Amino acid sequence: MIRKAVRFVDERTGTAPFLHKALRYLFPDHWSFLLGEVALYAFIVLVATGVYLTFFFADSTHQVVYHGPYAPLYGQHMSEAYRSVLNISTTVKAGLLIRQTHHWAANVFLAAIILHLFRIFFTGAYRKPREITYYLGVTMLMLALLEAYMGYSLVDDLMSGMGLVIGYSVGMAIPFVGANVMEWLFAGPFPGGESLWPRLYVAHVLLFPILIGILLTAHLALVALKHHTQFRQGRGETEHTVVGVPTWPGQTPRSLGLLTAVAGVLFLLGGLVQINPIWLWGPYHTYSSTNGAQPDWYLGWLIGGLRLMPGFDVVIGKYTLVPNAFWGGALFPLVVFGFLYFWPWLERRLTDDASFHNLADRPRDAPGRTAIGVAMAVWVVLVFVAGGADRIDVLFGISYVGQIWVFRVLVFVVPIVAGAVAYRVCKELQAGEPVEKNRHRAEVEARRYA
Amino acid sequence: MARAKDWLLSGLVLLLGRGRPQPRPGTPRVVARQPPHPRAELAVLALLGLSSACAAAFVVVYAVDRIPAQTQLLGLALGLSLVFLAAALVVTGKRLVPTEQLAEPYPPPGHPQEQQLVIQSLDEGVDGITRRRLLRLGLLGAGGTLALAAITPALSFGPLLRTAPLYRTPWRRGRRLVDESDRPLRADEIEEGSFYAAFPEGADKEEQGSPLVVVRLPPRQLALPGDLAGFDADGIVAYSSICTHAGCAITMYRSPKFAPVEPRPALVCPCHYSTFDPAAGGRVLFGPAGRPLPMLPLRVDGKGFLRAGGNFSGAVGPAWWGVRLRGAHS
Amino acid sequence: MRVRALVVLLVLAAPAAAAAATADQVTRGLHLYGRYCSSCHGPNGSGQARSGSTRAGGGPARDQQVQAGLGPPLVGVGARAADFYLRTGYMPLKRAGLQPRRSRLLLGPQEIDALIAYVASLGKGPPVPRPRPERGNLSEGQHLFTQHCAGCHQVVAEGGYVTGAVPPPLEDATAVQIAEAVRIGPYVMPVFSERQLSNAEVDSIVRYVQWAKHPDDRGGWSLGHVGPVPEGLVTWFLAMSVLVGVCLAIGTRLRG
Repeated sequence: MIRKAVRFVDERTGTAPFLHKALRYLFPDHWSFLLGEVALYAFIVLVATGVYLTFFFADSTHQVVYHGPYAPLYGQHMSEAYRSVLNISTTVKAGLLIRQTHHWAANVFLAAIILHLFRIFFTGAYRKPREITYYLGVTMLMLALLEAYMGYSLVDDLMSGMGLVIGYSVGMAIPFVGANVMEWLFAGPFPGGESLWPRLYVAHVLLFPILIGILLTAHLALVALKHHTQFRQGRGETEHTVVGVPTWPGQTPRSLGLLTAVAGVLFLLGGLVQINPIWLWGPYHTYSSTNGAQPDWYLGWLIGGLRLMPGFDVVIGKYTLVPNAFWGGALFPLVVFGFLYFWPWLERRLTDDASFHNLADRPRDAPGRTAIGVAMAVWVVLVFVAGGADRIDVLFGISYVGQIWVFRVLVFVVPIVAGAVAYRVCKELQAGEPVEKNRHRAEVEARRYA
Repeated sequence: MARAKDWLLSGLVLLLGRGRPQPRPGTPRVVARQPPHPRAELAVLALLGLSSACAAAFVVVYAVDRIPAQTQLLGLALGLSLVFLAAALVVTGKRLVPTEQLAEPYPPPGHPQEQQLVIQSLDEGVDGITRRRLLRLGLLGAGGTLALAAITPALSFGPLLRTAPLYRTPWRRGRRLVDESDRPLRADEIEEGSFYAAFPEGADKEEQGSPLVVVRLPPRQLALPGDLAGFDADGIVAYSSICTHAGCAITMYRSPKFAPVEPRPALVCPCHYSTFDPAAGGRVLFGPAGRPLPMLPLRVDGKGFLRAGGNFSGAVGPAWWGVRLRGAHS
Repeated sequence: MRVRALVVLLVLAAPAAAAAATADQVTRGLHLYGRYCSSCHGPNGSGQARSGSTRAGGGPARDQQVQAGLGPPLVGVGARAADFYLRTGYMPLKRAGLQPRRSRLLLGPQEIDALIAYVASLGKGPPVPRPRPERGNLSEGQHLFTQHCAGCHQVVAEGGYVTGAVPPPLEDATAVQIAEAVRIGPYVMPVFSERQLSNAEVDSIVRYVQWAKHPDDRGGWSLGHVGPVPEGLVTWFLAMSVLVGVCLAIGTRLRG
């Protein structure tokens, strides 16, 4: 039967040579190379669950009165959008499961991308000839962040509504053009015009997924065309020879297994661990807010940036050149992403190395890169932790105001220290290897004479 | 009965016992030979069976309304089904199919000959054109202006150049203050120690220029700066409840019971904890806000209702490049 | 006849007996007050607002100058305030200027009753409220709580932060304590009078707060109802550990 199918396809498409190459394409099989796949499979779950949700969501902020089965909100005013998500969560069968799986998938998608980014960065896999692949990846990270933010903001619940006005305000704070761009985007001053919600919806369900899909396809195609990087594992890997497991039969069940494992974990979470219980938060109003509002974790670094800034606007005469929210909300992510985009070029200049690299470095093999990467990561993580200082005060009684002052210093001092420590650790690990090899050789010899 | 058994048996044999197609003798193997692992095969079958059972359970839970904790059971069923399938696939990958470690050359770093052909084709194609640079410029111009024209309709997404709406609020002199249920507020119902949300009568409450936070302070505690003198109505002060940092609604009022040992009264925003002093014209006491809270002048009318005495002391909402250029207007 | 007479006598004697008990209580309360409260609240609940030193280092968000022996007057605060502060363990306070927090009760129930009787006797004040949450409306309570309380206490009463104080979570608050706190406004909490929130509205708020102790967690493990922070922890420490584990099971590791 298979014989018939293969002949049918080849006679009509001429793809047998391609299929043969594809089936025997070699995958270097270090476990860390699978992190990108985890992200890919989370994306697949996102699209699948997302399509389902689009059949129930109402993309309108038109105010209605709730007369549904959820008692604590009965008779209250809310937008159609919020009501439709209440409906999904309480009335549609399996609706809450799909909705929660969708949100968990978004969280895992971003976490996997970040782990994948760490692997790429710390092994130097972004170097020639894979720069374009890398830029596509960083762009996808940015798109994924925005996509996820739009996704949970569409629900129009109290917490995400607060997040949306903050996003609007950060946009407003961009010097010279902020207000114009935000009014343009929002179809007027906050809370925006009638077309805002449909616009947000179309961006989230059509434009961004297509954009991410296109970039993803190009990203995967480039990986396949230039083949994967690989670690030196003593099996004959060189800059010119790739060693790995072919797609068929070795890699296929593994990859499919990873796909079903990711989907399985996501559905288990979606059913068993509550996420974003919007019925508890209630609907958003411009004049309402709650304590303890936080963005999803992947934007937590920004709330830290916003909270750490001392209170000042940069004013010249009557022109507010740099409103306060710009530093923590816009400049900070700009610097981080700028670093990510510029790093390959910077490294090329600093190491004077523009040659091909198919072998992946172990982090210790590039102490400078590792140190700088660790420093940047620690910087972001510390700002992220500072964003939760209020919760630390509530739980452990450490003064919030005191923490803010301490964090203002720590976020600049600790990354430098961490980078220096990482550098030393790399050097020590490197120095230890010949010692280890000698010791091993000596022991083997000693055993021979034992 | 015996006939039925025969049919069933032959059906099973057909499905399970069919012979594999043998490769033609003499052709070398493409894929390495994997020694059989019958126990692993049984494990995979068991896992597949469990996966099917869980998937079936999903359908059952979905169909039977009476089963409680639907979300949890549906998630458990579907999730476990996928997890068992994943386990089956991983066991297959590790035991049932060969894990070949093969080596092959990387694709070449470049194809200099084809590169040359491409460059030559592109060059020779336009060989006959004499005014190459000029034509290129013309093409760029046409293409560029066409692209600009094509994106021009996007300008109508929203007001790109009009920033006047950002200064507009529904407040004007004489507008009455109402609560969330549109009931007009009386001055004598505003008591010390509490805070009240207020809106302009007849206006859209969702506009950033609408919501107020109103508190009453003992008049001797007030220390309003010069330009805000008289904005209070006998100690009642009103501020925009939209934080000047990032636009969240200010819904926290710190109201000390015992002033000598407790922090002074303050309006606090729950997003980034910008803290404003209602006694001093909305001055920023702590937090990232760069601008004091806009204050609305109040007066009490003849019947005792609170009315606005004008518009806010400054533009409402988060800061932008022109937020200090003009004041709020109706 | 004799039984009926006895019953009538008892019924008539009861208020007198109660009054007598209260007088004893008041005396007992006076002694307890002297021992535990007068050092800050002054003799006869007159309060102590000054102890002759200046405020030092009082920043806008920090606790004001802490001086031993400072406390507000208790004349006219009534049984309501005494009941609230004593039964929650807010009082006695270790040090003036600290935020009162729910703590282990140092006094037994009878001693507390005595103190309440004494404080109530200091001047006419509001009695202990009797909220009726079963008469309240859950949705009205949710709405009122969101508008007046959620800014500090978080929308499902999980507690939060305000500059200089920590509004507590309300999971241990009884109906009476909720009603009392709304009217008293302890520490830096605003004071909501009957004019602003009627007793019926407070009933609804109490009903909502009680509901919020075990809210609708139809989505599964609730993670504390505080939103994205624990969700992020689950993402990294649960989901990603499992998935990285799967990657480790599928792939190879670096040798040597």
